[in-house]
Amino acid sequence: MTQSAELRIDSLHKSFTNPQGRIHVLDNINAKIKPGEFITVIGPSGCGKSTLLKIIAGLDTDYEGAAILGGKKIERPGINQGFIFQEHRLFPWLTVEKNIAADLSLKDPEIRNRVDELIRVVRLEGFEKAYPRELSGGMSQRVAIARALLRRPAILLLDEPFGALDAFTRNHLQDVLLDIWRRNKTTMILVTHDIDESIYLANRVFIMSPRPGRISKIIPVHLPYPRARAGTCFQEIRQRVMSEFEKIEEAQFIGGSGI
Amino acid sequence: MQNTNEAIRITGATESVKSKPNRHAVTALKTKGKQAVQGMILPAMILGIWQTVGAMNLVSSTILPTPVAIGQAFIDLIVSGELFSHLQVSIFRAVLGFLLGAGLGLILGTLVGFFNRAEQTVDPTLQMLRTIPHLAVMPLFILWFGFGELSKVLLIAKGAFFPVYLNTFLGIRGVDAKLFEVARILEFNRVKLVTKLILPAAMPNILLGIRLSLGIAWLGLVVAELMGSSEGVGYMIMDARQFTQTDIVFVGIIIFALVGKLTDSLVRYFESKLLKWRESYKGEGTL
Repeated sequence: MTQSAELRIDSLHKSFTNPQGRIHVLDNINAKIKPGEFITVIGPSGCGKSTLLKIIAGLDTDYEGAAILGGKKIERPGINQGFIFQEHRLFPWLTVEKNIAADLSLKDPEIRNRVDELIRVVRLEGFEKAYPRELSGGMSQRVAIARALLRRPAILLLDEPFGALDAFTRNHLQDVLLDIWRRNKTTMILVTHDIDESIYLANRVFIMSPRPGRISKIIPVHLPYPRARAGTCFQEIRQRVMSEFEKIEEAQFIGGSGI
Repeated sequence: MQNTNEAIRITGATESVKSKPNRHAVTALKTKGKQAVQGMILPAMILGIWQTVGAMNLVSSTILPTPVAIGQAFIDLIVSGELFSHLQVSIFRAVLGFLLGAGLGLILGTLVGFFNRAEQTVDPTLQMLRTIPHLAVMPLFILWFGFGELSKVLLIAKGAFFPVYLNTFLGIRGVDAKLFEVARILEFNRVKLVTKLILPAAMPNILLGIRLSLGIAWLGLVVAELMGSSEGVGYMIMDARQFTQTDIVFVGIIIFALVGKLTDSLVRYFESKLLKWRESYKGEGTL
């Protein structure tokens, strides 16, 4: 099993020039994420949170600074950095089990066992032979998670993975994800725009502010799992996140670059 | 929770099927029969009018023989074995030409789809050749390859090549860039990239190309056989025309139509097998 590795982000900058001038997408991002930690990144649209995730995935290499995973600079995408998109992105011509295996052969008994085990973990027993079009959005996203987990990634990156799902399914999948995290101790970084989701899942919540995109506050969440969304402690942290958001908004209006 | 809901729905569905299997089968058969009858109405009417007009001697039988006369000619040709031997020759030519043309189309379409360099060197020339009609090149083909089988097979291959080539190319270029991103993350090697992503994604286009190509192969066959041959269904038509045996001309046309439809159904069968993952619009129920 690949050991969860430490992720370090050192003075990361990203900017590009467009007709309106130079735009700082990310400005001096520094972070150290411990192995097995669950981080959620939250912020208004345009704060560069998805860009940051793409950089960690190795999908975006046009930046200054460094993203280092387990002592090695991330230069290209790969199975070590599992990635879950907002859309499930399954191969429509493959059944659930073949989608999870993807380029690996189910004839290999070890792969076969691991796929069967993962199907149990993401609670999809009975749907092994179903095609993606026969699945609901939540089920498809669980297949995508199983596909990433089969490769034993050192880190799992999730880009608003439950954003397109209804509230009920979203809560259910959050529990599935926490379950997987506690079993495998995979480092998780989840980008979201849902405050409750960010607090429900994370060890630490990174709050980002836009123009230029930077980490404006890190809020640790020291509540035991499973967390009660209606609990007082939960609501207290929620208040802190909300007030941080209000500060960001004010700064935006003073800066004159309101939405 | 969601899981159980869906599970209940599915078991519920199987139970209802189990409890009334006969009724379902009967209804399915009834709808099938209904559809078949619906499709028969128009041809039956046309045939009826045609037969009456012919029987009343309103039209000369050399111009338009009656359906019954055509049927009689059909049976005669089958009994004498003539039809079968002509058909055998034609099918042999068409299959050989199709395999050659479609095979090359698949290979070149794949290469051009994958490599920009190949596209830039090969595609412009092929696009130029594509629009040249059969009839224009047939004299050249006969000059170069003689009156034998080779010129005919090559003409058919020329026709069959382009639909497969074009659609394979389009299919490969049409693969979703988002799935390519997934393939990069999952570290697919080159072989897996082709077998697990590109070919399945391009398959609907490739099959469409094959269907069009089969149709064009038959067209090429007719042109080749009409231009000069001593056997084959096209020759049978030409020969009958010279002796004004119009009924045999009709038999030849019907044969072309039947075999064309048959091959098309075959490809559609493979289509439904290979593309069963696809969910597509099935058309409105009522007109």
